[in-house]
Amino acid sequence: MGIQCMSQNEVDRSKRRFLIAATTAVGGIATIGVAVPFLASWMPSQRAKAAGAPVEVDISKVEPGMILNVEWQGKPVWIVNRTKEMMDLLGKHDDQLVDPKSEAKQQPEYCQNAMRSRAEHANILVAVGICTHLGCSPSEKMKAGPVSGLGDDWPGGFFCPCHGSKFDLAARVYKGVPAPTNLVIPPYKYLSDNRILVGDDSKGA
Amino acid sequence: MNSLTRLLGWVDDRFPLTKLWKEHLSEYYAPKNFNFWYFFGSLALLVLVIQIVSGIFLTMHYKPDAGLAFYSVEYIMRDVDWGWLIRYVHSTGASMFFVVVYLHMFRGLIYGSYRKPRELIWIFGMLIYLALMAEAFMGYLLPWGQMSYWGAQVIVNLFAAVPFIGPDLSIWIRGDYVISDATLNRFFAFHVAALPLVLIGLVVAHIIALHEVGSNNPDGVEIKKHKDPVTHIPLDGIPFHPYYTVKDIVGVVVFLMVFSAIVFFAPDLGGYFIEYNNFVPADPLNTPTHIAPVWYFTPFYAVLRAVPPMFGSQFPGVIAMGVAVVIIFFLPWLDRAPAKSIRYRGPIYKTALTLFVISFVGLGWLGMLPVTPLYTLLSQILTTVYLGFFLLMPWYSKIDKCKPVPERVTG
Repeated sequence: MGIQCMSQNEVDRSKRRFLIAATTAVGGIATIGVAVPFLASWMPSQRAKAAGAPVEVDISKVEPGMILNVEWQGKPVWIVNRTKEMMDLLGKHDDQLVDPKSEAKQQPEYCQNAMRSRAEHANILVAVGICTHLGCSPSEKMKAGPVSGLGDDWPGGFFCPCHGSKFDLAARVYKGVPAPTNLVIPPYKYLSDNRILVGDDSKGA
Repeated sequence: MNSLTRLLGWVDDRFPLTKLWKEHLSEYYAPKNFNFWYFFGSLALLVLVIQIVSGIFLTMHYKPDAGLAFYSVEYIMRDVDWGWLIRYVHSTGASMFFVVVYLHMFRGLIYGSYRKPRELIWIFGMLIYLALMAEAFMGYLLPWGQMSYWGAQVIVNLFAAVPFIGPDLSIWIRGDYVISDATLNRFFAFHVAALPLVLIGLVVAHIIALHEVGSNNPDGVEIKKHKDPVTHIPLDGIPFHPYYTVKDIVGVVVFLMVFSAIVFFAPDLGGYFIEYNNFVPADPLNTPTHIAPVWYFTPFYAVLRAVPPMFGSQFPGVIAMGVAVVIIFFLPWLDRAPAKSIRYRGPIYKTALTLFVISFVGLGWLGMLPVTPLYTLLSQILTTVYLGFFLLMPWYSKIDKCKPVPERVTG
């Protein structure tokens, strides 16, 4: 064989090209295959997913005008008990809002209403306290008027210290600020009048 | 032949030691007219070594765990013998790295060091700059202070602005729904292992490419055009060693004086090198009232904030920030002037460069301040100037009136 090859100095170029292409293709596919587990290892671990489980909150101590901060999926979730006056003010500044009717899918369907809350407890706002701009947590500026430092006609809401985004007490974003959309309303349901389950809105048990 | 020479001969037969020494030091001919701007390349190398050594020693005491990280840094500061020094050397080194690298890049700008045939040196250099930004950003998360946490939160959320895949992409980067222990651990891996390897590889490529084509100089003329007919050594070249090694030692001494003054007398440099909020442990439920990145990122942060959201997305701002960095890569092809060095370039480029420096420093200043309508307007103006410097360059660099470039360096 060896002697025969040496006498035939011709190189079969098309065979060589085919073998190079085939080796490259197989090697490339193998590389991608090996990369998958490494890249997938970056996804939230099973433990992190479990920590994202629904959180049960007792709201009996949240008086009207108060806010309760709870943690769900590691994020701050606000539970605000809005007073009658706060709710009355909410309809009066629609022209200053980006999405007053909450048309963007930032809330479950049952919260796409003027108060962005479940109808049976319209006064209770449940919102993820993470600015839709770059993920800071806005500070509460719930008191209306000049005490907020946000102008005399401020109806109460939230102000993001990072880049100046403003939200009203239905967590709707104002025009002319960096945040593009309203704050997220997480899925939630009432287990009883005073107990909310944040992160789960399935019907039944 | 003494035994040392014989040993060297033994090594040289097996590894090109003498050859490397000659090629890169004793017979690497650099132009004889380098001025102080040429200190910053070797200083950048020095800071890299400082960071690697101090970093290795910090790793021996630091704990990359969200529950322990902040206190392990405090432990280094209070309980580890000389730990405070090692930590402050590392934190000061991070900022000084950018000081030196920005001056090094500015040197390239004024003397046209990026021009043909040094395009690849420039590109390797820009890749080093990108790797350095990633290295600094991930390192800043490790102390797990408030600024660490919320700075990372803001920057990782930039990826969430990418259309369609954004939210999943940012979860993939964090390994969680918010910045968490998983994020800290992987940033640690990148900061202490992956990125330093990349950085060292790129620095080697940067220097190999430089030594292949030879250094530029303040006159922007090619010294290889005029060689001694017998020795083939450039007439305007001097061997890097001992001439520039000795000269660089002077630069090193001055640099270390400044460096030590900061480490010993003002390690946080009034909040610019270490932000005050970072002495408070990270609190995922409570954003500090004012978030700003460390000074070396603020020009790009100001660009990000200057662009308003469009079509219900903040992606345009993210794009603008990306463009502000990436556009620098293209300098070698944007510049069409016949002269490389500022010494022979016309008034238009000098004006443009001045405006560029004002815009860069101005954006850096604005990026540290809270948002107000006036500052946003200023950021928008300066962002336009910044991008204009690059985008209009093919046009203004061509029509500019350059002076005749000399054949030989002017000394």
